[in-house]
Amino acid sequence: MTTLIEAPPTDADGLLPSKKKSSGGGLGQYILIRFLLIFPTIFILVTLVFFLMRITGDPITAAMGGRLPPEQLAERITAAGYDRPILVQYFEYLGQLATGNFGTTLSDNRQVTEMLATYGSATLELTINALLVARLVGIPLGMVAAYRRDHAPDAVLRVFAIVCYGTPVFFAGMLLKLTFAVWLGWLPVAGRAKTSSELELTSLQSPTGIYWLDAIRSGNMAALGDVMAHAVLPAVALGLLTAGIFLRLVRTNVIGTLGRDYVEAGRSRGVSEFRLVTKHAYKPALIPIITVMGLQIAVMLGGAVLTETTFEWKGLGFQLATYLTARDFVAVQGIVVLLAVIVAVTNFIVDIVAALIDPRVRY
Amino acid sequence: MSTPTTVEPAADPRAPLFRRLPVISHFNKSVGLQRGMLVAGLILTTAFVLTAIFAPLLAPYGYAQLSDADGSFPAQQAPGGKHLLGTTVGGYDVLSRVIWGTQTAIMVIVVAVLMSIFIGVILGLVSGYIGGWLDRILVVVADAIYAFPSLLVAIVMAIVISGGQSSLLGGIMAAAISITVVFIPQYFRVIRAETIRLKAEPFVEAAKVVGASDIRIMSRHIYKNATRTLPLIFTLNASEAILTMAGLGFLGFGIEPSSAAEWGFDLKQALADTTSGIWWTGVFPGLAIVLTVVGLTLMGESINDLNDPRLRGRKKAASGKGGPDSNAAAKAGIQAEVSSS
Repeated sequence: MTTLIEAPPTDADGLLPSKKKSSGGGLGQYILIRFLLIFPTIFILVTLVFFLMRITGDPITAAMGGRLPPEQLAERITAAGYDRPILVQYFEYLGQLATGNFGTTLSDNRQVTEMLATYGSATLELTINALLVARLVGIPLGMVAAYRRDHAPDAVLRVFAIVCYGTPVFFAGMLLKLTFAVWLGWLPVAGRAKTSSELELTSLQSPTGIYWLDAIRSGNMAALGDVMAHAVLPAVALGLLTAGIFLRLVRTNVIGTLGRDYVEAGRSRGVSEFRLVTKHAYKPALIPIITVMGLQIAVMLGGAVLTETTFEWKGLGFQLATYLTARDFVAVQGIVVLLAVIVAVTNFIVDIVAALIDPRVRY
Repeated sequence: MSTPTTVEPAADPRAPLFRRLPVISHFNKSVGLQRGMLVAGLILTTAFVLTAIFAPLLAPYGYAQLSDADGSFPAQQAPGGKHLLGTTVGGYDVLSRVIWGTQTAIMVIVVAVLMSIFIGVILGLVSGYIGGWLDRILVVVADAIYAFPSLLVAIVMAIVISGGQSSLLGGIMAAAISITVVFIPQYFRVIRAETIRLKAEPFVEAAKVVGASDIRIMSRHIYKNATRTLPLIFTLNASEAILTMAGLGFLGFGIEPSSAAEWGFDLKQALADTTSGIWWTGVFPGLAIVLTVVGLTLMGESINDLNDPRLRGRKKAASGKGGPDSNAAAKAGIQAEVSSS
């Protein structure tokens, strides 16, 4: 986790041809090549997961083994086509993916696409909330630490950052739950909403699945309050994990830019110290910050699995843990493919944003 | 060229060996706050290692012990009396499991990091040195794994390896291999980048002219030079290994409680306790994780900062503490600057 911070990986490889050439290759070409690189990433992850999952056996034996007599089991396996050569199954699966058909889950017999849409929105909501917390906590504190470098505030904040990302998100969640839900009784213990408001929100016309958005759209203020109260603890637990990384990242990069001549020049022109830090030093430090923030999406999604399990937040991570326990490989593959797409697309966007901010990135 | 870490500084070659040892030289180079962080990290890490070594002496009971001469342990007993930190829902002694957990953690860290260094370094050397299509394919695969949530990679691996059931050795190996898969791309990346840089150095060409074989060049000339940053990555990854293992245990893909004490598993069991206000089953294993990870991170980060001339606190000339130390630091700084550009 920590090693990521100083290594924007896209730079180190020399894989992007347009980066190497100092002449030719405009922004358009860079975006195109970078876009095409999304596909191998997704393809490799899909392939790896497919074969790794099949090493452990076919999904039906894993799900039903022991509960069915061997003949019936064999019958079912043949019916589902899992006794065919693995390469045939693999290409069939790829073909299905290409047409957007993710199959049907084995354990609860749902369309994978429908399952992804339902739980994906819950995970999206959690991730947005957590990013908000991380941004609000991490970035200003990082600036303070950089400005008061090597003084008491810096020391306190750096230890705070280390504790933040040294605390497993489920332990942080457990502590928050104990303190604010069990002892103080201020906030609900788990879940996304009370059963009553959950029912109301899911029975709306074309719900987005993001509860606070749905609550606002329907003008249901009681439900909105309820949803907000449920969202606080998971968002803080997951947000603090990332806040530590943001803090450290902002601190390191702002320290780098604070020493530059243009900051000194600004100071001599009488620019306020506040403005110097938040504008003059922060803006040029943004590129590494954005790059690493993009990489954080992977950390966030991993953390989301743990956070959702801790708070019984019925999102992709919670479902993933459930499906894994049930050895429902079809569902697991579906979730992994979606996550792979999200990660690959985020990295693409991050690279493009970095290139737009700083033209030097490309050359 | 951007490697995740800066180059290990060359300490003043004239200083006695003792002063040139990695942590000692860093200690001498540090000032004020940074020294405090380094020392705090050292203390926590030493305490962690010592606890693991002396676990049989320190722990009042075995990690899977459910009863003693006086009968079975009560379940969910509050801290105090015979059980200093209370007992879990299954009747285990919390203190004993926290202490024995250090052993599991160390075993997993050592096995995982050594395996990933071994495989990652070999792949990185070969990929960087040979180049071509092999290199491209390895880089794309490593990048794909690297970009993906590491915990998920570890979970998939854990299922493939152990399929759920695990003995002590099997469980530790499963956890370690799962973590290894996550780490290999990181080592691969660093070593490959270094190898590509070193490949162009005159001494490699000289070796070629003398007639050294590719394997000899890789294993002697490049290997020695490319692995300087590894001790630092080791420290940083050790803490990540603990977090990954705890995550696996928390989701139920870790080591069975009867075969070893594992903090993540204990936290998973404790999750249900929290709603009834039972805090001791979760808080203590959790604190053990946090303290260990913070210790390792403080140490790793301090060393990292001390190696980086931009982040290193400067000794004030006026304090009269200059002399050989700051001299060495300055030299190291220049060296680091030169070799990383």
